[in-house]
Amino acid sequence: MKNTLKNAAAVVALSATAFGAQAGTLEDVKARGELNCVVTTGVAGFGAPDDSGKWAGFDVDFCRAVAAAVLGDGEKVNFVPTTGKTRFTVLNSGEGDILFRNTTETMSRDADLKMTFLPVNYYDGQGFMIPSALGVTSAKDLDGASICIQTGTTTELNLADYFRTNGISYEPVPVETNAEAQTNYLGGRCDVFTTDASGLASTRASFEKPGEHIILPEIISKEPLGGAVRHGDDQWADIGKWVVNAIIAAEELGVTQDNIEEMGKAAGDNPSVNRLLGTEGDFGSMIGLDAKWAYRAIAAGGNYGEIFDRNIGPDTAIGLERGLNAQWKDGGILYAAPIR
Amino acid sequence: MNNATNESPPKYELGAHPDLPPPFATSGPIKWIRENLLSSPTNIVLTVLAVFFLYKIIPGLASWVFLDATFDAASRNECRELGSGACWGFIKHRWELFTYGFYPVDQRWRVILAFLLFVFVVVVLLWENCPFRKTLRWFAIGFPFVAFWLIVGGLGLESVPTDKFGGFMLTLIIGITGIALSLPLGILLALGRQSNLPIIKYACIGFIEFIRGVPLITLLFVASTMLSYFLPPRVEFDLLLRVLIMVTLFASAYMAEVIRGGLQAVPKGQTEAADAMGLKYWQSMRLIVLPQALKISIPGIVNTFIGLYKDSTLVIVIGMFDPLGIAQATLADTSWQGPSTEVYLFVAVFFFISCFLMAKYSLYLENKLHTGHKR
Repeated sequence: MKNTLKNAAAVVALSATAFGAQAGTLEDVKARGELNCVVTTGVAGFGAPDDSGKWAGFDVDFCRAVAAAVLGDGEKVNFVPTTGKTRFTVLNSGEGDILFRNTTETMSRDADLKMTFLPVNYYDGQGFMIPSALGVTSAKDLDGASICIQTGTTTELNLADYFRTNGISYEPVPVETNAEAQTNYLGGRCDVFTTDASGLASTRASFEKPGEHIILPEIISKEPLGGAVRHGDDQWADIGKWVVNAIIAAEELGVTQDNIEEMGKAAGDNPSVNRLLGTEGDFGSMIGLDAKWAYRAIAAGGNYGEIFDRNIGPDTAIGLERGLNAQWKDGGILYAAPIR
Repeated sequence: MNNATNESPPKYELGAHPDLPPPFATSGPIKWIRENLLSSPTNIVLTVLAVFFLYKIIPGLASWVFLDATFDAASRNECRELGSGACWGFIKHRWELFTYGFYPVDQRWRVILAFLLFVFVVVVLLWENCPFRKTLRWFAIGFPFVAFWLIVGGLGLESVPTDKFGGFMLTLIIGITGIALSLPLGILLALGRQSNLPIIKYACIGFIEFIRGVPLITLLFVASTMLSYFLPPRVEFDLLLRVLIMVTLFASAYMAEVIRGGLQAVPKGQTEAADAMGLKYWQSMRLIVLPQALKISIPGIVNTFIGLYKDSTLVIVIGMFDPLGIAQATLADTSWQGPSTEVYLFVAVFFFISCFLMAKYSLYLENKLHTGHKR
């Protein structure tokens, strides 16, 4: 009996090592003909199925860009919807190839959960929303306020840190989901609603009278959101990393969905654009793809600015400003590493 | 009568006097009201309170649900411009998503056909007076295979991966498969648990107690993610299949205990009588014990069915979009996001209708099989 158990354990351990050492996600994806992209089960603006069941959103467009770069077609994506709890397990178990699920990059997730994070595609931070009738203009005036907070999130910990640092007290009203938080907040069961600033803006936009609520200027945490792949396949991580970089760089270089066909025809005057679009040098082969990898990624959904504006920008229902997510030349901190 | 104005009452022969109508207050609606609503001071107070409560609720509810509601809007903001009540526009724009999930549009006729066949089979199996029932019952045996072929595809039909399933269709697939398989499995487990053979007995006890000791959500999670750690790389094992297996096993463990309760209620004399008749084990079970045990267990069995059916909403945690998952995704769509009761109400109505039908049928079955064992 003991021996049987030992043997069974050995088999499990063996298959686990075999799995851990497995590389070649790129080959798997190519053989499958479809990219398994881990997304959310629904976050407004970042990823959700639309009325016809087609996935749309900011993160979803990055999935499509990766699929276009690898497989040549942005539609060859199989979306694997996950909750906040299951996302890393699904990626680590091999059910997903790449993750774009507004996920904050942290040290423990990187080292302990064995994620390799791709460049940040959205800089977020935790903020506060409060009815403007209360006349509060700064988070420091929130002493004694009751605050709706989602349990089990980093926002809960950030909140405790912030109030302790500033020596003020608050009364937490724990809620389970974002929808529940909105109901409680609108019902007056808490004075303040806190979550990531992008979430606050989109929540406020969905209210009947958005003008009656203000978002306080303080941002109390750093939430760099980005894609991720699992540890152990550096080539695949490089593909994810450089697709994101290429999309950000395309905006900086003025390459858009409209003009990319023109610009990609032949080498032009700008060597950076030429390298990006594969008309000069052969950077694609370094990551196991062909020279037109970035061309296809950008053609699939546009550059960073186009993806942003289409899904979460000022003209959408979400109505987010670029803020930190502007290019470094425009006062933001988006700073794509050069392709050379 | 021509002498109706005459003072003297009409004469009748002895014994031919017609019955007088009962006094006004002891028949009809008045009687019903007096007996049911106003029979004691406590009941009078409760009735008044209930009427007051309804008076307060109904006008507001009716105007919110119907009168002030918007049925045609393309987004929540449009709803707000059109009316102050509920916003039902999402049904018109998303009912296909709610029904089929991500099933390819041009293949949806297959789902409809499978559903019609299912309705047909249910009618044949559940309605005893159905014409040609004996012949048609054979069709029911083939139904699972036909339905599987229609929905999943292959053999001439375009195959549809199961992760494209969703909505009401997914709930029905999980519910029907789980219900159909967990009953026979549960019976076998219940019998196994009472077996004289120690290996069978302890295997069954171990299985039942293990499954009952673990939440369904854990089993689903194991099925969806942990399993691929143990399987060799590149062995793909369909997610929906894993979910169906887990849900069935889970329900069958509960079913086994429900049926064991029924088995224990059958007097030992029945088995002994069957033995005395020279019936073999399976004969005595099939002809004597199980018919009685199952009849007693009907409420418990249907309870487990309904529980299983509603538990299927848990598949959202492993990223499958049942109607509740679609509801949540709807609230995350930029057109429909916002504080919303309507979406959840819509899903609740669907579940209520299906569960209510199951409960009604179980009541009908109980009455039909009523042979004096009920109290």
